[in-house]
Amino acid sequence: MTLSARALTVHLGTARILHGVDFDARSGAVTCIVGPNGSGKTTLLRALTGEVGYGGTVRLGGLDIARAAPWALAERRGVLPQATALAFPFNVLEVVRLGLPDPDDAGLARSALARVGLRGYEARFYQELSGGEKQRVQLARVLAQVREPAGPDGPRWLFLDEPVSALDIAHQIQVMRIARDFADQGGGVVAVMHDLNLTAMFADAVCVLSAGAALAHGGPVEVMTDAVLSRAYGCHLRVGRAPPPGVPFVLPHLAAEAAE
Amino acid sequence: MVAVGYTAEAMLPGDRSARARALTVVLAGFLLVAMAVSLAVGAAGTSLWGALGALLRGEALSTTDQVVLWHIRAPRTVMGVAVGASLAVSGALMQGLFRNPLADPGIVGVGAGAGLGAITAIVLGSFLPVALHDALGYYVVPMAAFLGGWASTLLLYRVATRRGRTSVAMMLLAGIALGALAGAVSGILVYIATDAQLRDLTFWGLGSLAGATWSKVATGLPIMLPALIAAPFLARGLNGLALGEAPAFHLGIHVQRVKNAAILSVAAATGAAVAMSGGIGFVGIVVPHLLRLASGTDHRHLLVNSALLGAALLLFADVISRSIIAPSELPIGIVTAVLGAPVFLWILFRQRGVLDL
Repeated sequence: MTLSARALTVHLGTARILHGVDFDARSGAVTCIVGPNGSGKTTLLRALTGEVGYGGTVRLGGLDIARAAPWALAERRGVLPQATALAFPFNVLEVVRLGLPDPDDAGLARSALARVGLRGYEARFYQELSGGEKQRVQLARVLAQVREPAGPDGPRWLFLDEPVSALDIAHQIQVMRIARDFADQGGGVVAVMHDLNLTAMFADAVCVLSAGAALAHGGPVEVMTDAVLSRAYGCHLRVGRAPPPGVPFVLPHLAAEAAE
Repeated sequence: MVAVGYTAEAMLPGDRSARARALTVVLAGFLLVAMAVSLAVGAAGTSLWGALGALLRGEALSTTDQVVLWHIRAPRTVMGVAVGASLAVSGALMQGLFRNPLADPGIVGVGAGAGLGAITAIVLGSFLPVALHDALGYYVVPMAAFLGGWASTLLLYRVATRRGRTSVAMMLLAGIALGALAGAVSGILVYIATDAQLRDLTFWGLGSLAGATWSKVATGLPIMLPALIAAPFLARGLNGLALGEAPAFHLGIHVQRVKNAAILSVAAATGAAVAMSGGIGFVGIVVPHLLRLASGTDHRHLLVNSALLGAALLLFADVISRSIIAPSELPIGIVTAVLGAPVFLWILFRQRGVLDL
């Protein structure tokens, strides 16, 4: 099953944030959206999840996102926002349960918490957690919402908006592994990413956005090149190959900058 | 992911829903006690227990006892339950809707808007087209209060909320403006009111359950009940809204529908309560806050428990108001303010960090 967007255009107020973006992702794969600040990454994710109005079409399997009811969407996909502030003093178990259609299914909430490494945090108050812990609690809530990577009626999808930006390096890898496993078990993952090296390590496909348009879309080895990334980010970047599977890694190329 | 099975009896760490359910039972008992006390206490020496004993022995009640119990205390008790439940539930709904524990219909001007509606109906009701006036009958005042409350809630939400986020400062300031405007217009209306209307206004404005009659109860209840019945169905939506509007949508909640239903319910419950009993403050903020401390924010339990505790507390406040300076009566608004305002200040004290944002 695939997620496909055609000719996506999004206006926020008078500003045109996205113009004519085509985007594809398939279940069983991790698809990352990268690009500089203000290139429209988060807006693209919001359009793909039906959170903002858009021109063009987005289809998730057989579902037209613009016409689908909120609950029909919620059965198919969970969305992790960049940061979530809670209005009231919920504890961790209660936050994770917010995602469940049956809030009394505590077993599901507990296994989701164990999945993100927060077993034993159930009774802690959300407000008292660190930024990284909050982010993982929210990830557990989203995992509990979708229940499993592949349901009887098709794959489930995770949409993650900068899932690792508040995390230290060990937890970054932990969260990316969760995303990887979810895809390996048949689910779909679409993630907005800032960290190009993590993207290269975990992504099956990469979409590079620049100024509201898709600059390149494909496998990380094809897309993540000196030319594409340097053009997208507006600075000199050099892509190397880490041993042994040849995963690309990206370094700023200050010498080239100085030579200009 | 493998879901692990748990028996229902096992207490899970962090699971406060069992406590909230137990609290529901306790509060229901508390409300029954409050209703009994409310029926038993009054200026006339009629004893509820004496009357019940007489009924059980098959003796007839004296006419006085019948009138006191059935036509004075019973409607007053029912009205206390209805008004107390409505005030507390509309407080809890509004706090969920505005994502803020300080939102309360009385504090942010919804009560004032409903009051303006009621005053307008009392003073200018006779200018309504005769057909409409006759069709509405006794419902003119509660309907006008409902409309006033609805318009002010809607206005408040528009002013204070931007892109799904509510600004506390904007909400409180807009509430002050609404309250001032409603007060000013009410003042003008008082000037043009006739003597008979003035008497109605004064009586009503004191904030009191005195003058409860079955016909008054019958005009308010049909407006309140749909709101009270609808409230528990909004629980999942309000729980989701605590995360913000976009995350609530992603959880499968039809956000706009939940918001519309919550605003209508707040307006109906507050409007009818204000029309029945004038402005009674602080029930809507103190009750949900105490319950959140006791058993958490889950609206599935919070709304039901708020209705029970609000009703019971208002009945006790009413008993105090009519016994403390008996045989005359203290307006109940004074009692709830004396009890509620310090609690509200304490809540503010604890919430300083939130307000600084």
